[in-house]
Amino acid sequence: MSSPALSRQEERAVTRSVDLQRLRADFPILRLKVNGKPLAYLDNAASSQMPQPVLDRLSRYQTQEHSNIHRAVHYLSETATAAYEGARGKIQKFINAREQREVVYTRGTTDAVNLVMHGFGRAFLEAGDEIIISQLEHHSNIVPWQMLRDEKGCKLCVIPCNDAGELLIDDYERLFNARTKLVAITHVSNALGSVNPVKQMIATAHGHGVPVLVDGAQAVPHLAVDVQDLDCDFYCFSGHKMVGPTGIGILYGKASWLEQMQPYQGGGDMILSVTFEKTTYNVIPYKFEAGTPPIAAAIGLGAAVDYLTEIGMESIAAWERELLAYATGQLEALPGVRIVGTAANKASVLSFTVAGVHPHDVGTILNEDGVAVRTGHHCAQPVMQRFGIPATARASFAFYNTFEEIDQLAAGIHRVQKMFA
Amino acid sequence: MDSKQLYQELILDHNKKPRNWGQLAAASHRAEGLNPLCGDHIWVALKVNDGRIETIAFEGESCAICKASASMMTTSVKGKPVDEVEQLVREFRDMATGKLDVAAQPHHLGRLAVFAGVKDLPSRVKCAILPWHTLHAAFHNQQSASTEGNADPMGLPVTKESA
Repeated sequence: MSSPALSRQEERAVTRSVDLQRLRADFPILRLKVNGKPLAYLDNAASSQMPQPVLDRLSRYQTQEHSNIHRAVHYLSETATAAYEGARGKIQKFINAREQREVVYTRGTTDAVNLVMHGFGRAFLEAGDEIIISQLEHHSNIVPWQMLRDEKGCKLCVIPCNDAGELLIDDYERLFNARTKLVAITHVSNALGSVNPVKQMIATAHGHGVPVLVDGAQAVPHLAVDVQDLDCDFYCFSGHKMVGPTGIGILYGKASWLEQMQPYQGGGDMILSVTFEKTTYNVIPYKFEAGTPPIAAAIGLGAAVDYLTEIGMESIAAWERELLAYATGQLEALPGVRIVGTAANKASVLSFTVAGVHPHDVGTILNEDGVAVRTGHHCAQPVMQRFGIPATARASFAFYNTFEEIDQLAAGIHRVQKMFA
Repeated sequence: MDSKQLYQELILDHNKKPRNWGQLAAASHRAEGLNPLCGDHIWVALKVNDGRIETIAFEGESCAICKASASMMTTSVKGKPVDEVEQLVREFRDMATGKLDVAAQPHHLGRLAVFAGVKDLPSRVKCAILPWHTLHAAFHNQQSASTEGNADPMGLPVTKESA
């Protein structure tokens, strides 16, 4: 590869493009053609794709290891249990949780937030208590708290954001009072990509003696998350947004909280003993894992964590920063395209509108060019209301995306504009 | 399907220059239509005289498919008896949901058959149908129509939008 005609910078670019091609080869779905065009999958904030090692791990489990866990003494049950608990250990290391028992398997981020609403909110909040959320929340970090508010007579206080989509931290600090019992905030906005200063916000909340839940669904796939460094009380994320399978997610909770909390669901595996008079609950995390869990998905998530770790979250974040910068430049160059969400610190999400064209028309026509973007309100209607728009089109990038795919997006938008001119 | 088949010149033209756009002061029937999942929001007002639609107008904010469908709806139903229009509402809905094959079966849709391609884009079917639902709601003195849940006057299956 080393030719005297190439500068060092060019050489680096060539090396990187070779690495990227090798990495893309791990994702069979990226070889698809859609409407006769190569698929440009730019909807990673909704769900990412799975690489071959994760698919192979799922297949190996299903063909050679499957049984129920924590039950029988036979070979398969022990193999399945070891793999399931082994995956929990990988996830613990990945987010740097202090202990493995602080990692609770859930169905996803939504399930994790609901678990905390039931187990923590219903147990500890009373009428008149206040919960702080933000303008940037996904519906899954709004609706559970509204349900609790309506049940208990609590109050929701909302941290506003500026026109760039950054939370107003001074306003946040003013929201605290003696009735504040919980802060529930997103780490990265799914609709705009804004990365919130959660470490600082957690320190503020702790200064008032208030615990913090962080919705990390859009953060864990894109940046190195260290729950001890953040000092969050709860951290929620989903497998399928981090090259893992659907149906599995994680609630990280400080052991001190999890131990005080009530179980979310009752059933098998979450008990130590049951008589008709009395049930003794199992220890954490099992207290929160009633019934047979999605064993394969949990093991698949463990494989996804291995895959991400091998590439390195720092490398992933660095490449995604380049993709975001390139895409931002390409779209800014198109007259009539408005980028919604221009926070100084952004993850690889690019929400945009095209003047005179509804986002759904944009999405349908881009699909024709093989470009997959999300259109709509992104389950974040308060964000749309803040910006006075009904919807946006959103391109969201993963570490396997390329500049060529962004060119395909820009060309598609140009075609949309010509059609509607 | 190819979006070029759906975004034909006729549809793009009605989107750009919607016919019968605006309000109607002397309306005998009116209704509001909302597609909450994608934000299409329109108002349809009409004046029925002696069993015929004497005049009709619409306005709102929506995607091109919804706006063109509403615009072409107003031009197709103006002057027609209400019962014929109700027949058109049914045929349009059946075409958009793939129950009526406009190439093989008899119908009265005429140029509205340009929307036949929408049946291959399930996420866009509701955009095309919303104006017709709203017109149907106006006939039946319902104040609003939605493409979701109980407020859907035509009882279409509800689909769910994810994150």
